[in-house]
Amino acid sequence: MNPLPLVALTGSPNAGKSALFNALTGARQKVGNYPGVTVERHSGKLMLGDGRPAELVDLPGAYSLEPASPDEAVTRDVLLGRQKGERQPDALLIVVDASNLDNHLRFALQLIELGLPTIVALNMVDLARRDGLELDPKVLERELGVPVVETVAVRRRGIAELQAAIDDMLSAPVCGVHERVKEDLIHLQRRAREIATAAVVSETPVRRWTHRLDSVLLHPIGGPLILAAIMFVMFQAVFAWSQAPVSWIEDAVAFLSGQASAALPAGLLRSLVVDGAIAGVGAVITFLPQILILFFFILLLEGTGYMVRAAFLMDKLMHGVGLSGRAFIPLLSSFACAVPGIMATRTIDDPRDRLTTILIAPLMTCSARLPVYTLIIAAFIPNTRLAWGVGLQGVVMFGLYLFGIVGALLAALVIRRGVMKGGGGGFMMELPKYQWPPFKDVALGILTRAQIFLKRAGTIILGTTLLLWALASFPQAAPGQKQSEVSVAGKIASAIEVVVRPIGFNHEISLALLPAMAAREVAVSAIATVYSIDSSDDAASAARLEERLHGRWSLPTALAFLAWFVFAPQCISTIAVTRRETNGWKWPLVMVSYLFVLAYVAAGLTYWTAVWLGL
Amino acid sequence: MNAPFQPAATSLDQLKVGIRARVTGIRWEALDDGTSQRLRHFGFDEGVGVEALHLGPIGRDPIAIRVGRMTVAIRRRHAAAIDVQPIR
Repeated sequence: MNPLPLVALTGSPNAGKSALFNALTGARQKVGNYPGVTVERHSGKLMLGDGRPAELVDLPGAYSLEPASPDEAVTRDVLLGRQKGERQPDALLIVVDASNLDNHLRFALQLIELGLPTIVALNMVDLARRDGLELDPKVLERELGVPVVETVAVRRRGIAELQAAIDDMLSAPVCGVHERVKEDLIHLQRRAREIATAAVVSETPVRRWTHRLDSVLLHPIGGPLILAAIMFVMFQAVFAWSQAPVSWIEDAVAFLSGQASAALPAGLLRSLVVDGAIAGVGAVITFLPQILILFFFILLLEGTGYMVRAAFLMDKLMHGVGLSGRAFIPLLSSFACAVPGIMATRTIDDPRDRLTTILIAPLMTCSARLPVYTLIIAAFIPNTRLAWGVGLQGVVMFGLYLFGIVGALLAALVIRRGVMKGGGGGFMMELPKYQWPPFKDVALGILTRAQIFLKRAGTIILGTTLLLWALASFPQAAPGQKQSEVSVAGKIASAIEVVVRPIGFNHEISLALLPAMAAREVAVSAIATVYSIDSSDDAASAARLEERLHGRWSLPTALAFLAWFVFAPQCISTIAVTRRETNGWKWPLVMVSYLFVLAYVAAGLTYWTAVWLGL
Repeated sequence: MNAPFQPAATSLDQLKVGIRARVTGIRWEALDDGTSQRLRHFGFDEGVGVEALHLGPIGRDPIAIRVGRMTVAIRRRHAAAIDVQPIR
């Protein structure tokens, strides 16, 4: 079978490449990995004019063929046919930002020199016009010697024309490919500027939107205040917006649980289905709305271009602890999940900065810890309203996030002053134009996250829950004995309890700590499973988990549990991705040990202080 | 001394916000390889128009600079290696 023709999509960062990729491939996308390197391979099916398909591969954005990061190295190697696991592309689609031709044409010129059949997509022509810039694509075509198609990828404009042009290009005969690029960067840059100037039809000087917005958002005083406000709104929204959908899911789980109880005869099978599967997975699924709301904000902040501004505002502060503002983006992503966060550290050039960022990324409260926080807060913190739209529960939640951030900054300081002294690169980032990300792209991003989460719930979380149910159910307790004491899990928990008793942890928490290593949200399902197995009468098992906890845990214990999870020894996925990104077991081990110590000390201090205060 | 009406040549870190300037030279030897490469990628080169747009909230660092048609953020100490001539 002949493989599909391979078209490589490439261009400088911030040219709108991902939007164009989405517009050309729709939902027909695949995410994989290049062998040997930790760079994701995004590819999709592209429909040509007559219905024939071609494969479109979205290469990481790069400024030139001289790479400054592992991502850019992949782009170069694929284009030169040197990348393992990838064919040499049959054709190139280069995206350039119409309002930044001076810069983007440099890379385009370098790519055209490769001699592959090439098309240039002159993207974001609408934004260029908004900024008073009128361009002549015919001049560009003449100067570059390749077809130029005007597009507005986020509005899906010019896509049909682009597909037709790709079709023509793939039908044309191919000439040879040059092995080496000759011209140097400075020379290419000057030629790019000449062409860009020649292509301008008219330019009206207007104060650009982005500049006006930046005057507010990057204002020395206003900027940080707005950043803090955005963060605050984001975490309040995670709580407030999720209330309705969460209660729907809870009702559905309760309904399912009731139906299953009625349908199955009392006994082991009913216990397995109701106490094991439904109680465990149901407890975790409830948090889907919150996780999606968090991802929605992160996708929005990234898509609009605000994330880089946040990095700008935070740079000096991060510099103070030995990092750069660049670390802010991976760290903020780690609020969703440390795995993509740690993968995003690849954009940090300095190896010591990067390693430090990886080590502190798990201190950012990931969405998997949300279920734990939410459960404990709902059970122990009264839902008092402090001001309009500001609840005490939300404030506590915000405080927990803050606690993690402060811990991370202190950890970075210690790491950078101690183990990893010296070095420290700079902070060099492009501030892209603000734009409203297409609703479809944000929706697609959220959908992907929802799928990943539900897949986890169906596999790793279900599996761990069922294993835990088995360990917690056998051997069966005799009348008068407590099931959670007698079972295998109970015995293991009793051993752990010896260690964690001083910091206020009870038997059930000890039981939840181990499976929480598989995935943190399992702590919730573990507690749910233990309590539903333990409760013999139906009235108690009908009570919601937080109501049950409220009666059994003391407030200091609950607070210590929260503090533990701020520093929570991370999940297996985080350890695995750290091993992959640092090429060895040394750093994951360092990470796990220091986090364990921190978690223990933090929980202990919280517990002892709370007891001392008489809470 | 500079000619009258000609604003004094300076380095990019000293350029006041809102003043347009042209790059007259870059002291590459004062920069490490990675930084030099990124500056080239951003399009820093002799003759390119620049303008300081925004300053960071703490210590006026980093600086957001318009270079050509794009805006980039760099640290003050790297900007110090770029010589500029303000345009009246």
